[in-house]
Amino acid sequence: MSSPRQITRRDLFVKIGVFLNGIVGVILAVPIVRYLLSPVSRERKPGYESWIPLGELEQFPSGETRLATYRNPVVSSSDGETANIACWVRNVDGQTFQVFAINCAHLGCPVRWFPQSSLFMCPCHGGAYYQDGSRASGPPERGLFEYDYKIDSGKLLIKAGEMPTPGQASNIVTEIRPCA
Amino acid sequence: MRLIKSIGEWLDARLQLGSSIRETMEHRVPRETASWFYVFGSAAFVVFLLQIVTGTMLALIYVPSAGEAWNSLQTLNHNVELGWFIRGLHGWGSNFMVAIVLIHMVQVFLFGAYKYPRELTWIVGVLLLLVTLGMAFTGQVLRFDQDAYWGLGIGASIASRVPLMGPVIVKLMLGGPIIAGATLSRFFALHVFVVPGLLIAFVAVHLLMVLKLGINEWPMPGRVVHKATYIEDYHELTKKDGLPFVPSAIGKDIFFAAFILLSIAACAAYFGPFGPSGPPDPTIIQTAPRPDFFFLWLYAVLSLLPPSMETPALLIGPVVVIIGLLLLPFVFGEGEKSWRRRPIAVLTILLVAVALGTFTRLAGNAPWSPVMDAWSGVPIPPEFLHNRSALERQGALVFQVKQCHNCHSLGEQGGKRGPALDAVAVRLTQDQLIRQVIQGGGNMPAYGKNLSPAETTALVAFLETLHPGGQSPARDASRALALGTGAERPPSTDQ
Repeated sequence: MSSPRQITRRDLFVKIGVFLNGIVGVILAVPIVRYLLSPVSRERKPGYESWIPLGELEQFPSGETRLATYRNPVVSSSDGETANIACWVRNVDGQTFQVFAINCAHLGCPVRWFPQSSLFMCPCHGGAYYQDGSRASGPPERGLFEYDYKIDSGKLLIKAGEMPTPGQASNIVTEIRPCA
Repeated sequence: MRLIKSIGEWLDARLQLGSSIRETMEHRVPRETASWFYVFGSAAFVVFLLQIVTGTMLALIYVPSAGEAWNSLQTLNHNVELGWFIRGLHGWGSNFMVAIVLIHMVQVFLFGAYKYPRELTWIVGVLLLLVTLGMAFTGQVLRFDQDAYWGLGIGASIASRVPLMGPVIVKLMLGGPIIAGATLSRFFALHVFVVPGLLIAFVAVHLLMVLKLGINEWPMPGRVVHKATYIEDYHELTKKDGLPFVPSAIGKDIFFAAFILLSIAACAAYFGPFGPSGPPDPTIIQTAPRPDFFFLWLYAVLSLLPPSMETPALLIGPVVVIIGLLLLPFVFGEGEKSWRRRPIAVLTILLVAVALGTFTRLAGNAPWSPVMDAWSGVPIPPEFLHNRSALERQGALVFQVKQCHNCHSLGEQGGKRGPALDAVAVRLTQDQLIRQVIQGGGNMPAYGKNLSPAETTALVAFLETLHPGGQSPARDASRALALGTGAERPPSTDQ
């Protein structure tokens, strides 16, 4: 057909075609990858974690631990009731508070508070925690996750927005307390 | 008849598929493979077809929105004619499919079918197993109830333990910072588009290779696989002692497929669909999430592993197993096929089966989970209270009120997280009981701060009565010496 050195029109078209598709591929890959990674990149945007009111201070009597619920700051209309999150509020002495995530530090099941024995117990694999959230027994490797809190004009606010998991706990107090 | 024939001829003149389909159907297979042991692959395929049909039907009603999914499942169960039955077919079909895929895999393993030249068929088969389990897990999420919600939390907690990448994987898995609308949408996309696409592609490659390489011959002890001669020997075998797949060998496949479909329909009709359990409202915390049947063994493993072993076992274990399965045909690609000459293969299967069976059965009654309402709902059997002093009965009250019963059983009732206390007084002396209650230890919380001295005294007095009639309670022999005679034991706590 042609000598090896010579590039025909057809060959050139094939080469340009492949090259063009390569460029188009890269151009399309950038938005596709960014779209797919949006759940990760959203973390850097404002409003991801915010101060959320849990209610008036009177709802949390001194010395007691009560269940509180809030609506996650990042929501969409399709979230339904799944955006309602529960947490345990412990009023230590009327001045200081502890707000624990509902999720067990083992595998995230909802822990329940037993005021009579002052223990949190997990129904899944039997993790137990003392009233200050420190690990009491069972498979968890650490104490309960804690939210930062502040008190503003008679209301208790926590900084929340992300489900805490054992491998990551951004903005969540991770210090390990000594055993009670 | 003539019309059908002429339409067929018209189509074939254009499609030109007739001869290759006929050739495929009539390809020769070794005579002994027309066996009841060779029906599981085709049965898995037929159940997969059932899942496609029933899944598509469910998608007509199901709403993949976190706010609506649970309601649409209720609609399917109660408001759509026979919606419950279609859900039952799909749910039971899923269980049957996992079971049949596993049985198929065991059969292939024991018959040495993964050996040369069918290594790639085995590898694609391993991928098919993973994809099938992926369908089972994502499908469990689409049944968007309490178990699905907290199951996702468990999945996220496991994924978060991956070093460095953990948090990123969690967010990609959940589609956001929490389990919510985006999570269900992406599991819907996975369950309906991505994973089935992979499944169809893998099934096509798997089947193609079965046709191209031929079905594995019945393994005979002593008939050893050599790469140099195997293919020639196989062709010789199918020529000398072979059958056309259709109509001679397909009979048992058809029979078994019908039996399985009928079984699924019977289970769906008799047992009905799976759930949904309570609504996926994370503020309803009175729940004890349990995984579906095929993940129960994992639930048991996660409870029984020591905490320090858990993360390595979770992250490294599956990788080791999958790599082992993928490497199997390369390491043992030649040699004996017959299970009669492969005792280690048989023992491996038995070991895995016994282990998985034991874990699954353990997970059925979950002795590691506290019985969350035992303190208020499970009374102490009367024989433990009969003829007891006021102090001891007060201790029994402490036992209930302080939730001891959630983890400790009396007369087989109550939690099994901790040891049964029916005969605890035989094992521990009074001092040891006090120490155990106050300081905890051995996986028991310390109750020192939660019990007043009076409560501790009463509780220990009650615990000291817990010994069989014929056995006296444990006592500290040095006590009498240290405290003088008469201090050995207050008379009230004797039988």
